[in-house]
Amino acid sequence: MSTPRVISRGATTSSELDSDYKWGFTIDIETDLAPKGLSEDIVRLISDKKEEPEWMLEWRLKAFRHWVKLDQEEPKWAQIHHPPIDFQDIHYYAAPGSKKGGPKSLDEVDPEILEAFEKLGIPLAEREKLAGVAVDAVIDSVSVATTYQETLEKAGIIFCPISEAIKNHPDLVKKYMGSVVPYTDNFYATLNSAVFSDGSFVYIPKGVRCPIELMTYFRINQADSGQFERTLIIADEGSYVSYLEGCTAPARKKSQLHAAVVELITMDDAEIKYSTLQNWFPGDKDGNGGVYNFVTKRGKALGRNSKISWTQVETGSAITWKYPSVILQGDNSVGEFYSVALVNNHQQADTGTKMIHIGKNTKSTIMAKGISAGKASSTYRGLVKIMPSAEGARNFTQCDSLLIGDQCGAHTVPYIEVRNPTAQIEHEASTSKVSDDEVFYCQQRGISVEDAHFMIINGFCRSIFQELPFEFAMEASQLLKVSLEGAVG
Amino acid sequence: MAGKDQTNGEPILSVRNLHVNVGDQEILKGINLTVNAGEVHAIMGPNGSGKSTLANVLAGKPEYIVTAGEMVYKGQDLSRMAPELRAREGLFLAFQYPVELPGVRAWQFLKAAVDALRVHQGQEEMSAREFDQMLKEKVALVEIDPDLVRRSVNEGFSGGEKKRNEILQMAVLQPTLALLDETDSGLDIDALRIVANGINQLRNPSNAMVLVTHYQRILDYITPDYVHVLLDGLIVRTGGADLALELEAKGYDWIKETAGAGA
Amino acid sequence: MTQALSRTDTYLPDFQALQRTAETGGQTWLREMRDNAWSSFSHLGFPTARRGNEKWKYTSVRAIAYADFSHPQDLDPDTGAGAAELKRIAPWNDDWMNLVFVDGRFSKVLSGGTGNANGARVTSLADAIRSDGELVQEYLGRYASVEDDGFTALNTAFLEDGAFIHVPDGQSTSSVVNLVYVTTGRSQPRVSYPRTLVVAGRNSRTTFVESYIGLCQEPYFTDAVTEIVAQEGSRVEHYRLLMESTQAFHVGHCLVYQAKDSEYESASFSMGAGLGRNEFEVLLDAPGASCSLNGLYLTTGTQHLDNMISIDHAKPHTKSRLLYKGILDGKSRAVFGGTVLVRKDAQKADARQTDKNLLLSDEAEIDSKPSLFIYADDVQCSHGATAGHMDDNTLFYMRSRGLDLEAASRMLIQAFAREIIDTVQLQPLRDYLDKIVLEALPTASIRLGGGS
Repeated sequence: MSTPRVISRGATTSSELDSDYKWGFTIDIETDLAPKGLSEDIVRLISDKKEEPEWMLEWRLKAFRHWVKLDQEEPKWAQIHHPPIDFQDIHYYAAPGSKKGGPKSLDEVDPEILEAFEKLGIPLAEREKLAGVAVDAVIDSVSVATTYQETLEKAGIIFCPISEAIKNHPDLVKKYMGSVVPYTDNFYATLNSAVFSDGSFVYIPKGVRCPIELMTYFRINQADSGQFERTLIIADEGSYVSYLEGCTAPARKKSQLHAAVVELITMDDAEIKYSTLQNWFPGDKDGNGGVYNFVTKRGKALGRNSKISWTQVETGSAITWKYPSVILQGDNSVGEFYSVALVNNHQQADTGTKMIHIGKNTKSTIMAKGISAGKASSTYRGLVKIMPSAEGARNFTQCDSLLIGDQCGAHTVPYIEVRNPTAQIEHEASTSKVSDDEVFYCQQRGISVEDAHFMIINGFCRSIFQELPFEFAMEASQLLKVSLEGAVG
Repeated sequence: MAGKDQTNGEPILSVRNLHVNVGDQEILKGINLTVNAGEVHAIMGPNGSGKSTLANVLAGKPEYIVTAGEMVYKGQDLSRMAPELRAREGLFLAFQYPVELPGVRAWQFLKAAVDALRVHQGQEEMSAREFDQMLKEKVALVEIDPDLVRRSVNEGFSGGEKKRNEILQMAVLQPTLALLDETDSGLDIDALRIVANGINQLRNPSNAMVLVTHYQRILDYITPDYVHVLLDGLIVRTGGADLALELEAKGYDWIKETAGAGA
Repeated sequence: MTQALSRTDTYLPDFQALQRTAETGGQTWLREMRDNAWSSFSHLGFPTARRGNEKWKYTSVRAIAYADFSHPQDLDPDTGAGAAELKRIAPWNDDWMNLVFVDGRFSKVLSGGTGNANGARVTSLADAIRSDGELVQEYLGRYASVEDDGFTALNTAFLEDGAFIHVPDGQSTSSVVNLVYVTTGRSQPRVSYPRTLVVAGRNSRTTFVESYIGLCQEPYFTDAVTEIVAQEGSRVEHYRLLMESTQAFHVGHCLVYQAKDSEYESASFSMGAGLGRNEFEVLLDAPGASCSLNGLYLTTGTQHLDNMISIDHAKPHTKSRLLYKGILDGKSRAVFGGTVLVRKDAQKADARQTDKNLLLSDEAEIDSKPSLFIYADDVQCSHGATAGHMDDNTLFYMRSRGLDLEAASRMLIQAFAREIIDTVQLQPLRDYLDKIVLEALPTASIRLGGGS
């Protein structure tokens, strides 16, 4: 199996900012752009561009009207700071080319785009495509290509842009979209529900073990645009899927908003493994630009013995606000959250998870590693909630923070709510730095100070990287190294 | 790897009038020591006499400050060399308290060390296969549990395993000058025999060793060419292997008295 | 917080009456302090907001905000309670300096052993305001800010009486100071505003007990503020007992300032109050300052007890130890909110925070939030929290040695509580706590996970 070079592919840059971010180039393509601002008309325009059925438009409009009522009341509780976002100064729809509903086949895709994805390490053309990984490539508001369609179809697996699923599989979408993250859930989820553009839809039929990894690669390109993708994954009884997600954006002076919603559903005995390498543009060394990554990700372990596992390596974005969560509804269901969040320079991350135990003998594990360097701030915020019905529930949480230098911050804010006496909850947290003794020990064996730091930090993250598919783990380790450049040594 | 760049006739290590501070406190007060190729030196002394300080300052531990004197290693001024450069030049310290590196596999750590050494010597990095083969041989040599190299460096190792792991690293890196800081302490008699055995097998005419120890017992297995007694930051007595036995019989108080009288 | 604004008005007539009639011994600063606090309170109101109100996330104070509590000026503190009854219920030792406060005011008749002991001054705050005005003025309200906390502002607006302990440099209180705040059942529903100020001079030693006791079954509200100033090299030992009645509302706020090399040790035992809040804020403001806070909370019935502990490591080389344990029964709910802050440059800070909970019933709820906020890299900080029931294997082991289930459970619950009781260094107090805590521990409705 060849290695999908997801992240660390060098590319020529023509970015607006002077930055070490290697994925910061812009793609020079013709773009179909909605005017800036948000209104009912814009929501209608998006729905029309996507050739959506009436019920979808209605749902979007309900969300939009609810969002208006929220009166720009963004959530305030997170340990993050940013200037107010002008929601009327954003393009809510940007699509490469002018074709309605996106290209129908690879032949219709603009060669500039194919070349750009090649640069990013994601070749889309049939003969060059990544081995063992089916890719859905999303640029700004539109999915431009999905590989391995035939292999998947043979297994009865649906893996397509959500815009297509709305047209071709309306029953599934109607039933499950918003069933995990309702459009009233939170400010950004409401916004997403009104204006979501594209994203992936996955359905794994009963008893099917998806033979290859599924991957969606998100790319923001257009200036002043927001990205609002929406992903829905349904694993039917006894099925299994491993899904990967990667993301990059050009290095632009102005911050860009990314507000995605991801919903996962597992039926009896099904399992979804969801892995993310988040590498949105983090801004330059002085904190200019960068993506505001405000994301709602949640899974519902609906069936008995089902399992949802989130693994994330968060190195990008100026601000990260995300809490991939699991509602453990089915008896004996399992929820997992494995996270590495690394912040450097002026980055801020407030990330963690929520594990809501409803079913009997449900089990959750949380392992979060936060690394802060430069002037950055990293917060783990996590909720473990045991409902009265969750007889015999178990949770184990471990949060470790590593500080590099004395200008950064590392915070741990767990919320533990227990309403059943048979539950067993354990939470541990520690804060440390790379000790002088560790570094000296490595040096005494001939290893340079910088390499010693990377080695020790990698060791710190190892238990999380082990949860990633092998090639992704290699990339994650590389990404860590690149993101830490200049922070140590 | 070892001793190839050995300069003829010149000592491997030459320490002259070495004064070392930790913070405001002077620990070493004028050490003189010459170590030639093929020699084994034992440095003995009571707790707090400065034995470990000497080993650590030679390896370049940052908090030890040289206030006077010089340390010349293979013709180079050690005090101007970063700790990793000293290591790549073949100076090895077996730590009294080996450091735990959570999450860093011993295999990966040693490979990085070997590669750093080889690159320094202008060689190619070792292939994983070649390294694995070499490591297997060394593991057998020091009679260490092969499973240890797949675990995190020293994490959860017993005291004896940590000490043996240090000897394994020494066997892999084949240093020109090995400083063994209380490698015998905390070992039971079997572990001591194995460690001593490992050290003896690594002994050759082109390298040298300095054993820092509190007790004489390791010297039953490794015969030193010289024994130095360190007391309050100074070498007060130098002799042959029999000095260690005399010390064992009479205790450090005897040296204190005679040294006090002599000084 | 705006929705409760109008509720502050119910306190206005009493406030005006106080400012009009209460004698301040010619201390005009006290009047100004009250005015200032009142204006803060009328801005802040009660913290009833549900959104973005992290400090009160798990505790609603609407029941307090929407009740009508009065603070009559004409109650005689010497006639409210019987001495025998007090000695039976409150922690008491005739060798201690016992100060009794009835409905917020000092009772000379019920108290004993006040005055100057070994150079230390132990008296009612009302007396101290008259006799030691300057000293009191220097420290009163210095650390209990009225700017951001409605309850502290309200207490300060009604500041009139309470306890004052001043231990001069190098001295120590010759015996334990025992502060007993009692609420009686004379006119209902009522609010009292106990205020305690402890100034521990350089290299001094102080030990004091502070307890809140209810002698009535009707609802009432205690809004208490305690300020402790631990100057360089001083050592303060502080025991706090919450034994209000099951209908009571209690909001207690204790602020501790610590100078260089000072030591603060506290053990807090919360059993009483229908709705109780036990808040500590410790400021480690100089190198060498260290604190150790232990706590035990026992809840049953429909009780709701909220513990909120904040430790601020403002300077390098400071140390904190925090261990709180809860035993929850019935439909009760307990909250633990711990915040450890290590400020920038507060290197070598050493902080440990632990919260452990034992749930004994199906309907009890624990909400635990042990947080760390770290802005320095060379620190040792850790926290841990556990919640659960008794270990089945341990119970089985005990039963296999012949103990019955109830005896085994009781033994385990007692052992769980004893860890905190054992931190009490005062033998008479430990004996007292042994008795009342162990009596209060539930045995009924013990819930077991596995085979019973």
